[in-house]
Amino acid sequence: MNKTINQKAWFFVIPVFILVAFNAVVPLMTVVNYSFQETFANNVFTWEGTRWFKQILRSERFHAALGRQFLFTGVILAIQIPLGIAIALTMPKKGIGVSFCLILMSMPLLIPWNVVGAMWNIFALPEIGFLGHLLNDMGFNYNFTQQIGDAWFTTILMDVWHWTSLVVLLSYAGLRSIQPAYYQAAEIDGASRWAVFRYIELPKMKKVLTIAILLRFMDSFMIYTEPFVLTGGGPGNATAFLSIDLVKMALGQFDLGPAAAMSLIYFFIVLLVCWVFYNLMMRNESQT
Amino acid sequence: MSLELKNVKKKVGQDTHIHRTDLTFEKNTINILLGSTLAGKTTLMQIMAGLDKPTSGEVWFNNKNVTGIAVQKRNVSMVYQEFINYPNFTVFDNIASPLKITKIKSDEIKKKVGQVAELLKLSGMLDKKPNELSGGQQQRTALARALIKDSGLILLDEPLANLDFKLREELREELPKLFENRECIVVYATTEPSDALLIGGNTATLMEGKVVEYGKTIDVYNKPKNLISAGVFSDPPINISDVKKSGDTFSLLKDSVKWNAKNVNLKDGKYKVGIRPHNITTYKEGNNSVEIKGKVLISELSGSESLIHFKNANLNWVSLSNGIHQMNVGQEAKLYMNVDEFMYFDQNNNLVKHV
Repeated sequence: MNKTINQKAWFFVIPVFILVAFNAVVPLMTVVNYSFQETFANNVFTWEGTRWFKQILRSERFHAALGRQFLFTGVILAIQIPLGIAIALTMPKKGIGVSFCLILMSMPLLIPWNVVGAMWNIFALPEIGFLGHLLNDMGFNYNFTQQIGDAWFTTILMDVWHWTSLVVLLSYAGLRSIQPAYYQAAEIDGASRWAVFRYIELPKMKKVLTIAILLRFMDSFMIYTEPFVLTGGGPGNATAFLSIDLVKMALGQFDLGPAAAMSLIYFFIVLLVCWVFYNLMMRNESQT
Repeated sequence: MSLELKNVKKKVGQDTHIHRTDLTFEKNTINILLGSTLAGKTTLMQIMAGLDKPTSGEVWFNNKNVTGIAVQKRNVSMVYQEFINYPNFTVFDNIASPLKITKIKSDEIKKKVGQVAELLKLSGMLDKKPNELSGGQQQRTALARALIKDSGLILLDEPLANLDFKLREELREELPKLFENRECIVVYATTEPSDALLIGGNTATLMEGKVVEYGKTIDVYNKPKNLISAGVFSDPPINISDVKKSGDTFSLLKDSVKWNAKNVNLKDGKYKVGIRPHNITTYKEGNNSVEIKGKVLISELSGSESLIHFKNANLNWVSLSNGIHQMNVGQEAKLYMNVDEFMYFDQNNNLVKHV
């Protein structure tokens, strides 16, 4: 067979190259550039090698932020994934209830992130907020702007409120794709409700759950806007997750070198976790 | 052992899914539910299994009323059109799954799974998971799950519909053998008349939620009670036309096609004739054939058969000939009808003269 050779095709790829270069490669390379140098006024740069990376990796501040980040993401996943599946299982399968539930579930996802933060800030304020006032009336000493535990509680509650819907919608889609015959076959076998969940629903939801966990991991690991508006990272540094800490360093202190190094380390952690997770899931996939 | 449906009716809201039905399946029989999609085959099966309750009427099994008894307590197996297996179980565990809730010992289970796997040619793949198997093997696994239980009632709901042609033929031939020497009633739902003929046994023709006729498969095919039953049991669709008998001649109304009526013992008058597509051919067949002309509407070749749709006297006719007979659309075609194979119905669509 004769292949026609036509180099004109490259013309059509050039716009994409330029676009990707400007929105991804150039900014990223700038960060790489900063991370190996010390920056002075008047665009004076001096080569620093891996100094900033070593500094960041040894810094207690970074360790603390990273620890907080993993704890937060872990708690978020541990709550949202089971809760999302549980809600999806109880949602109606037909009738007008379906649209109602789907709209209700989509609602939190449609709200801009800073609005969510502001909403929860007002909602949870101890004196005037509905939640804050209610909790104090009930006898709890609740003040998320002053107490670390309360700040975490409110941040987690906010994230659960905002994002569990995503897990619900994905799980629901997975559940709806199971043919009714599976449930009948299980009924004939005399399988218990738990067995139906464990051996039919969960395996059938595996793919969407993989997506859900990946999305929720990345999103919560990179969370910035909502806690920034809600707590501003406080009290103290209690809810200063990686991205909040990073912004403080880069724009608050204008330490561009260390901030650039931290950005890259941050980026590689996200990439590494996603890669490991994806490969684990796909390895299981080839076995099944 | 027998399965009886007594006065069974099923309504969902305002819609009647199953009209009043009485059916009795005797022991050790294969019974085919033949009908198009939405004829009520699946609903009827679910009522038989106990997966669904009839709105009124009763289901009896082994002379016991089992209406409303949960399916788990009924010793029933079912195979579906979709290949239903537990996705993360191996083939072995899948086949063994119906026995797991029973008190059978594990080496006993192992032996039984071995036997059934042998029967269904799955011995080599007991360690695999369903999605590593071909469609045919997945359906074999589902069949094995149905067979391992020694159930008294095995329901097969279009089990071959999702298989490709070759696998389908292969499994279809094996199916009747699987149920030989088993103490059970098999119910097999299908849309394909050829499935029914190949499997044999008894057939119930279904139309819009009604059982039109039930009897031995070959009898239902050769002597259908009425035009509806004949229509259900014909693919491609049966040709139906008004005919007039006067003296020793039949004539197709509005047309000059005439044939000898000497062998047909019917009074003079108007009738309907049912002609199966394979009795209209491009070549003469049988001793009494009569010519029919028409304008070709569609001409299809499939494998070793030619399907020709043509128009005559404002009626669309379908003919099915062996061999390849290429015709052009719009062409005047000359075909031959085998008069000896005609079925005659009265004005109420009931059979009056069969082959």
